[in-house]
Amino acid sequence: MSKPLAPTGLNMNEPLLWEMDKPGRTAFSMPRHDVPSAPLHDDLAGDGPDFPDLNEMGVIRHYTRLSQWNFGVDTGMYPLGSCTMKYNPKINEKVSRLKGFAALHPMLPALMTQGALRLMAELERFLAEITAMDAVSLQPAAGAQGELAGMLLIHAYLKSLGVKRSKIIIPDTAHGTNPASAALCGYRPVRVTSGEKGILTPHAVSEVMDEDTAGIMITNPNTLGLFEENIKEIARIVHGKGGQVYCDGANMNAVMGMVHMGNSGVDVLHLNLHKTFSAPHGGGGPGAGPVCVANHLAPFLPVPRIVVKDGVYHLSEAFPQSVGRLHSFLGNFGVMIKAYAYILSMGAEGLKKASQLAVLNANYLKEKLKTVLHLPYDRPCMHECVFSDKFQRDQKITTLDMAKRLMDFGFHPPTIYFPLVVDGAIMIEPTETESLEEIDRFVEAFRIVTREASESPDLLRGSPKRCRVARLDETLAARRPCLMG
Amino acid sequence: MRYLPHTREDIAVMLQAVGLESMDALFSAIPDDCGRRDIPDLPEPLTEWELDEHMAALSGNGAVTGHHDNPHMVFLGAGRYEHFIPETISYLLGRSEFTTAYTPYQPEMSQGTLQAIYEYQTLTARLLGLDAANASLYDGASALAEALLMATRITRKKKVALSGLVHPHYRQVVQTYLRPSGIEIVDLPYLSNGTTDTSALGAMEDLAGVAVQSPNFWGCIEGLAEIGDMCEKSGTLFITVFTEPLAYALFKNPGDQGAHIACGEGQSLGIPRWFGGPGLGMFACRSQYMRNMPGRLVGQTEDKQGRRGFVLTLATREQHIRREKATSNICTNSSLCALMAAMYMASLGGTGIRELARLNYDKAAYLKGALQRAGFRIPFESPCFNEFVVEFPPGFKATYDRLLRRNIVAGLPLDPWYPELKHHYLLCVTETRTRSHMDAFVEEVTS
Amino acid sequence: MKEISELDFPEDLYYTEEHEWARVTDGNVTIGISDYAQDQLGDVVFVEMPASGDQFKKGDAFGTVESVKAVSELYMPIDGEVIRVNQTLEDAPELLNQSPYADGWILEIKPGDASQLETILNRDAYLKMLKES
Repeated sequence: MSKPLAPTGLNMNEPLLWEMDKPGRTAFSMPRHDVPSAPLHDDLAGDGPDFPDLNEMGVIRHYTRLSQWNFGVDTGMYPLGSCTMKYNPKINEKVSRLKGFAALHPMLPALMTQGALRLMAELERFLAEITAMDAVSLQPAAGAQGELAGMLLIHAYLKSLGVKRSKIIIPDTAHGTNPASAALCGYRPVRVTSGEKGILTPHAVSEVMDEDTAGIMITNPNTLGLFEENIKEIARIVHGKGGQVYCDGANMNAVMGMVHMGNSGVDVLHLNLHKTFSAPHGGGGPGAGPVCVANHLAPFLPVPRIVVKDGVYHLSEAFPQSVGRLHSFLGNFGVMIKAYAYILSMGAEGLKKASQLAVLNANYLKEKLKTVLHLPYDRPCMHECVFSDKFQRDQKITTLDMAKRLMDFGFHPPTIYFPLVVDGAIMIEPTETESLEEIDRFVEAFRIVTREASESPDLLRGSPKRCRVARLDETLAARRPCLMG
Repeated sequence: MRYLPHTREDIAVMLQAVGLESMDALFSAIPDDCGRRDIPDLPEPLTEWELDEHMAALSGNGAVTGHHDNPHMVFLGAGRYEHFIPETISYLLGRSEFTTAYTPYQPEMSQGTLQAIYEYQTLTARLLGLDAANASLYDGASALAEALLMATRITRKKKVALSGLVHPHYRQVVQTYLRPSGIEIVDLPYLSNGTTDTSALGAMEDLAGVAVQSPNFWGCIEGLAEIGDMCEKSGTLFITVFTEPLAYALFKNPGDQGAHIACGEGQSLGIPRWFGGPGLGMFACRSQYMRNMPGRLVGQTEDKQGRRGFVLTLATREQHIRREKATSNICTNSSLCALMAAMYMASLGGTGIRELARLNYDKAAYLKGALQRAGFRIPFESPCFNEFVVEFPPGFKATYDRLLRRNIVAGLPLDPWYPELKHHYLLCVTETRTRSHMDAFVEEVTS
Repeated sequence: MKEISELDFPEDLYYTEEHEWARVTDGNVTIGISDYAQDQLGDVVFVEMPASGDQFKKGDAFGTVESVKAVSELYMPIDGEVIRVNQTLEDAPELLNQSPYADGWILEIKPGDASQLETILNRDAYLKMLKES
């Protein structure tokens, strides 16, 4: 384990695209020009873009070499907390590229797209079943747009009751997207502090909940990897003052089919199909962030919605109370296909098993690492656990140093410095698709890193040593921004 | 289940290590009244082979061109365009180091994504004629909404003008995004030549931004330069929108015509239509507004040994640092689609993209001319790129339906959005339509 | 980050609880951020400043200072009108780190009421606050 891998000689240098430009080359099979040239006004014509010319193998080698500088779930364990970097099944990739899906135009008459519409309608139903909510819209393109959809739904619902409110309660453990999404709806976030156990207390919520507050955004399980045990009581307090409960479902992987979101008092919930439901993250998207709602919010869901009439699926905008449209078309259908295929492959028992194993893996890892890393909340966790660098501070070794050193052992680092409530946070989410052996290897690597932190701290400060580049100068990048070549 | 590695023995070992008797004990934190005893009502799990068959059947009835069992001829554009996509792109997307990575938070392990996105930003900025492009937004519609919000932040004014010839779905999305903040949206009408009537702009001094699409929803090229001049004089930000960026390989780009921000949809650059998503929100602006931009930005820097490298930068604009004061709530964007677009632009090159754009222009002109000669009216005389409006005679709906039964989609009827435009259809032609396809189509509509 | 004893706090300045300093020169007041503030922020990469002529009340946010991973608002120590901003910071924000009390000054204002300075902290009171926090 502690022996480094021998250098392989496969880490090729590769210039920027335009450094390889040779005008006259092409990597594109140009269709025949089988029509006459039409007149074009000189004052409309432009010069065309300054793009480099390459040939086909040039393009292939360029991107193949770049890919070799990247680390993905297929390369190794990628335990980024709150990101659910589980295995992305390959059959799902294949079926998402079937011509009848990939080449389908979104404005075709509905009769010509029945298969795609049926897939969407069934996926809506599956997600409603898994969360125990009443209705679903698949339209939001990612988690943050799902949050925005949730805020818009609450805004529209309150408005329909003739109520206008200006604030929203957001716990200190929340993702930054929560306050940013709320602000788009004109809501001012009111911060509420988690209790000693790392979860919200009903008391803290009742202190800030008032009749100018639209509701609460609560992540459950929260970003400390803990289940918000008081959710039902908190929901009662919020509802009691006429507010709504929004649940950020980024961490749904812990509780698929295990929590009755409706009975917990949740009015609206978003899911991340690219986390929980196995669609790959793509190096930063595309994702999909469906919203699931209780019945009273259903009339406000984004349009168009899928409706069935006489056994035929249609798209309908005839929902006068709807918050409107969020996406150019119907949302990220290509991502929905993968989530649908995943659910069909797993079945209800399989999803529940996946959540159980995700939680088992996290708890196992927590037990194995808590002797070498400070664990601020030593309690049974859900799908992730949060440590800190407190034990390493005497050596002036930080979370960042340990994260960078982990790379030298062939692991992607965990999420670092989040959640903000833990100073120097190290947030680890192994997911259910990592095996016992792989987790043991990760634990051992991390133990070595913590040993090195006291024995040879400079080794950590100088890491990583085995990546394509050493630590990069982020100050230079931000002081003298160079965003294009 | 093949995705789950745990054997019975593994589970026993792990439960013992955490000191629990059963898997259920892991969930003791969930109160009884929040948990559920029932099992979600989902279909029995499918094998890989059953799934493959099921999905083939579901996709089988989709009306797409070149589908061997079920071939269609689709003349639809309107924001999603049929272009040939080189096999190299789908092949390269099989490089799972790109596909299965997260947002590049750890640059030393993500130089592949980071360099590729830096190259995407560069090619995008060059195509649009502006100084800086971001790493992508979700799609064209949300990119426009973000641009308008950005204009209101920069100018601190709360009113924007939006051309009525911006894609109707985009206008709906703008409503959704802007309405809760109380921003007023003024709709600009259209002229009889098929372009935006900007005559009212002179009288509006309190505008944060003016958004005009070119080529517009009807395929017509707008006189952007004039609107740019008007905006420059009045201190209004000029936002140009697009659904078909290929046009800028032939026509003048937004930056050269005074755009402060250019944004829109990049699907036509090598991304399948996928029933409308995922797409690619492209977004670029002048350098002075860089710090007001929404979304991720990749910047060039150096490592400790002075080697070139790339990082996510200017992150203080973003939600994870600035929270409710962020320039946008966006986190996950459309990175893999940006990668596809970069691969496509690199495959075409400067020479190829000009030729391809010209081909699209000529093909659309050919069909437009042929329909005109066949006696159909072309209501808007402004130059167009690869789509255009045709006015068919009253009663054409029956012909349209007959063609549908023959697997031909004769464009998009416009009256749902423009009730005054009865029997007007928006038709799109790209390099994928041959001359014989188009001749056959003209014959079908006239017979 | 440094210990407080390693940092510099000139005698002749006034300080705020939000770590701005103020210096009176010829009736005008120059404003910047303290050595402690720049040390906490780390490498400063960008300073957002108001324009000359802008009016502020004591406690108003007049700009922001950014490091790679943090943003801090800047608050006015007293009422006043901006008469000069330090343009060199646009290209050299690192001056805030290198020379917080001299080349890294941010604004010069014409004070609305200079006596307000007596209501904010002197060096000793500021040091005491830092040590207690």
